[in-house]
Amino acid sequence: MIEEVGTTTEGDLIINVGPQHPSTHGVLHLVITLNGETVKNVEPRLGYIHRSIEKMCESLTYRQFIYVTSRMDYLSSHINNQACALVVEKALKIEVPERAQAIRVLMAELTRMASHLLWWGALGMDVGAFTPFFHAFRERELINDIMEETCGTRLTMNYMVPGGVMADLHPDFQKKVKEFITMFKSKIDEYDTLVTGNIIFQNRMKGVGYISGEDALSYGCTGPVLRASGVKCDIRKLAPYDGYDKLQFEEVIETGGDSYARYLVRMRELKQSLSIIEQLLDNIPEGDFQAKTKAVLKPPKGEFYTRVETARGELGVYVISEGGLTPYRIKFRSPGFSNLSALHHMTKGSKIGDLVATMGTLDLVIPDIDR
Amino acid sequence: MFLADYIKSVYNGVTSLLKGMRMTGYYFVHPKEIITQQYPEVKQVLPERFRGEVVMTHNENNEHRCTGCTACELACPNATIKVVTRFDITPDGKKKKALETFVYHLELCTLCNLCIAACPTDAIRMAQTFEHSVYDRKLLTKRLDKPGSKLMEGVE
Repeated sequence: MIEEVGTTTEGDLIINVGPQHPSTHGVLHLVITLNGETVKNVEPRLGYIHRSIEKMCESLTYRQFIYVTSRMDYLSSHINNQACALVVEKALKIEVPERAQAIRVLMAELTRMASHLLWWGALGMDVGAFTPFFHAFRERELINDIMEETCGTRLTMNYMVPGGVMADLHPDFQKKVKEFITMFKSKIDEYDTLVTGNIIFQNRMKGVGYISGEDALSYGCTGPVLRASGVKCDIRKLAPYDGYDKLQFEEVIETGGDSYARYLVRMRELKQSLSIIEQLLDNIPEGDFQAKTKAVLKPPKGEFYTRVETARGELGVYVISEGGLTPYRIKFRSPGFSNLSALHHMTKGSKIGDLVATMGTLDLVIPDIDR
Repeated sequence: MFLADYIKSVYNGVTSLLKGMRMTGYYFVHPKEIITQQYPEVKQVLPERFRGEVVMTHNENNEHRCTGCTACELACPNATIKVVTRFDITPDGKKKKALETFVYHLELCTLCNLCIAACPTDAIRMAQTFEHSVYDRKLLTKRLDKPGSKLMEGVE
């Protein structure tokens, strides 16, 4: 634990980045030991946005605690809500109708696209390009409009409920999503022209922030960070939920392990999500959008665990029930926390400018890390 | 050899920069693709499901549909709603629960829609207002039932 800011006995400089710093995407505090411009040690300090969500959930009923989890990883709030709904359904053995499952998958993939788009824009800002941010937000705005029309809100939806979804799809949903798909397909080549093919961007990304597959596994990395190191870890493939096993999609794997590989994984995932949406959009099954559940949910005594693939990696929800109205204990295994822990390994020995670029490719959401 | 690499990298840098600048130039001469909304002057029509605040529906005779069952109060995660009830004596001498006041704390509300999903008589709904800024915090505590309103006929 470094307590002082200044110089060490070896003459290294200790500086603080954050908690209020534009490149840390929120209130992340990094204590960095520098030798000249070379990073020797990175130590994240957490707790600036800790709201004790896990403790808060213990005083809420099984219907109420879902809305709080939108505030953890606010960029993939649908998928967080889905994980919580799934764990309650598992405990109560509720069968979710096929239509509800299809709606959930559609919403989750739209959320994943919105999240990756925001990441792409923010990464451009991290490496010094301002234009990508506007391009990404133009497309993301369309997704937010679709969400607003069906779910009622733009960011913290609370649309998933135990047994299905809160309301049926808006009649215009399919038309709007088709418009979005045509628009997005005409624009996605711009992304490659603007950023991917740019030689300055490639020099900033290639060979920077390398982590091997073994090391990434030992740090507990999941999601695009681990897949960029060549390890298969997509929960949608490993333990399918909500009908992902019936869909045709490819698990994106890159073997580079550096920042550029992580970038490519997310860019290719955008196209995979688009193909999932296209498969489902015209084949949404008819039927109920919500299973019939009791007004008061009382899961039996026991321990329940589910995991889902959010835009950042594996989110696990662990619930201990004592048979009462509220959960006895809830634990969230969030992807951001483990991905952040590998930052030290990735950036040791690199230049301080590359630290910010590497941190950008980790796609950190600080409320998800602190909870 | 070193000089050739240097010239090549400069050439690559300039070409990829120009590719990006071409994109910027395209949007500069195509102002129709700009999607900025001039917010305070031009207001967007919000979708009907948009969650702005909780309101109680009243018909033209100043009648509401709330029976005072407190299902919304129990469903709310943040204690946003406080339903005050009274007991009316019906003509056949029985006690019947009725709504006295419906207090709604907008400052506590997270617009999660759980109260509206829980309401058995569709008495409350979400309104599409979103400009909630006030100078005094007390103004955010609202009474949703209109003064002098009573229960609609036939709502149990």
